[in-house]
Amino acid sequence: MTAQVFTISSGKGGVGKTTTVANIAVALASDGAKVVCIDGDIGLRNLDVVMGLENRIVYDIVDVIEGRCKLRQAMIRDKHLSELYLIPAAQTRDKNSVSPSDMTRLCNELRPDFDFVLIDSPAGIERGFRNAIAAADRVLVVTNPEVSAVRDADRVVGILEAEEKRSTALIINRLNPILVKQHDMLSAEDVLDLLGIQLIGIVPEDEGVIVSSNRGVPVAQDMKSSAGQAFRNIAKRMRGEEVAFMDLDKQSGLWDRIQKMAGRK
Amino acid sequence: MDDLASLVQIKGLRDGLLVSLSDAPWEDQHAALLSQIDEKQSFFQGARLALDVGTQILKVNEMVELRDHLSERNVSLWAVISESPTTERTAQLLGLATRISKPRPEEARHFEVQDLGEGTALFLNKTIRSGARIEFPGHVVVLGDVNPGAEIVAEGNVIIWGRLRGAVHAGSKGNEAAVVCALDFAPIRLQVGTDAMITSNKKESGKPEMAFIRDERVVIEPWQPGQ
Repeated sequence: MTAQVFTISSGKGGVGKTTTVANIAVALASDGAKVVCIDGDIGLRNLDVVMGLENRIVYDIVDVIEGRCKLRQAMIRDKHLSELYLIPAAQTRDKNSVSPSDMTRLCNELRPDFDFVLIDSPAGIERGFRNAIAAADRVLVVTNPEVSAVRDADRVVGILEAEEKRSTALIINRLNPILVKQHDMLSAEDVLDLLGIQLIGIVPEDEGVIVSSNRGVPVAQDMKSSAGQAFRNIAKRMRGEEVAFMDLDKQSGLWDRIQKMAGRK
Repeated sequence: MDDLASLVQIKGLRDGLLVSLSDAPWEDQHAALLSQIDEKQSFFQGARLALDVGTQILKVNEMVELRDHLSERNVSLWAVISESPTTERTAQLLGLATRISKPRPEEARHFEVQDLGEGTALFLNKTIRSGARIEFPGHVVVLGDVNPGAEIVAEGNVIIWGRLRGAVHAGSKGNEAAVVCALDFAPIRLQVGTDAMITSNKKESGKPEMAFIRDERVVIEPWQPGQ
């Protein structure tokens, strides 16, 4: 078994990197893959919260790198999925405690035992980001259909190209089909047109994502959620399956029906 | 040890340190530089380093590796100065400076338009993305898009076989005859020569257009073959 290392990055903060990592990880592990997530956001950790594992942290990534514990001791097993692990970030240290070569070494140590290593990159393009992409085989760039988020994603893609990390794919998160239809939001086509990289998933806006993140139960476990379905599809595509993109227009939610009743459409 | 030390020269500059490499193989110089830094840690702590590689050609991965090694030692690499255009371009792609000080005004005057041979063009076969700044003392040809947030500064003409949505400055040393062409023309900022500049919210027209100076102003006109 040789794990593929995926780094999830964005440039801009708040576009949903951490949520994406948690959901893809849950979807992959539910399908039987062995998955380990690494929180690369040292000093501002929160992947543990989204995955609902905060109260189990004893050791973190900096403890591993500085040799205070064994790698296995810092790996927290998920509550429900026995093949899903988290290596949490240190909350009381900063990004300079880890170097790109530390990350490469850590990932190489994990590779033989897993199918997927997912690294949650911090926002920005500084040290933490460099650490997160150092070991990546593929980078998934998350963006929202907003001009500023797309601009930052473009910058990140440019840096990845300069570092000769060619295998970059795009996730468009929080797309609202109603706003797109009203020309109040960039469409998936607009975003793809600018960035010109391969698309691996479109995740519709869904209140359920926030609720489940707060509860520490990723939405990918909710079979009824459209965002959950989108994350499960991304996981399938990461395993090399061909999955058609969802038709987001068809999913008329409550808001859509209210608008129809009010005669706005 | 003397042997190693003589491979690299380190000088203090106004805004950092300048390291000059000799012609010895890159691996040896790389190792020599790192061992010097490890030896005098307190001196190098937090330093800004400019690297003069002379005629050496550095590949992207070599430069990235050096930058990572330096950053592990809390030394930041901010510039790579090279006589090889390939290496300069690599440094620019990584967002590193390739000049350590701005030329004085009289030096800037020195480059006249006639110095610009027809052959001096930089060909870029890729999309220029946000945050990239391409500066070149000649013409620039891009086979790809120029995205918002990207910037091209050329002393000659700028030809974009793709969509122009970023910022372009053609004839940057005062060549008022310079032109900017693109297949789809919607720049955020456009400057030709030293003075004429426009900022625009122009929408893409889907047709090739060309910008040039007429009556001291930048004008944009549809481009037709055979003109």
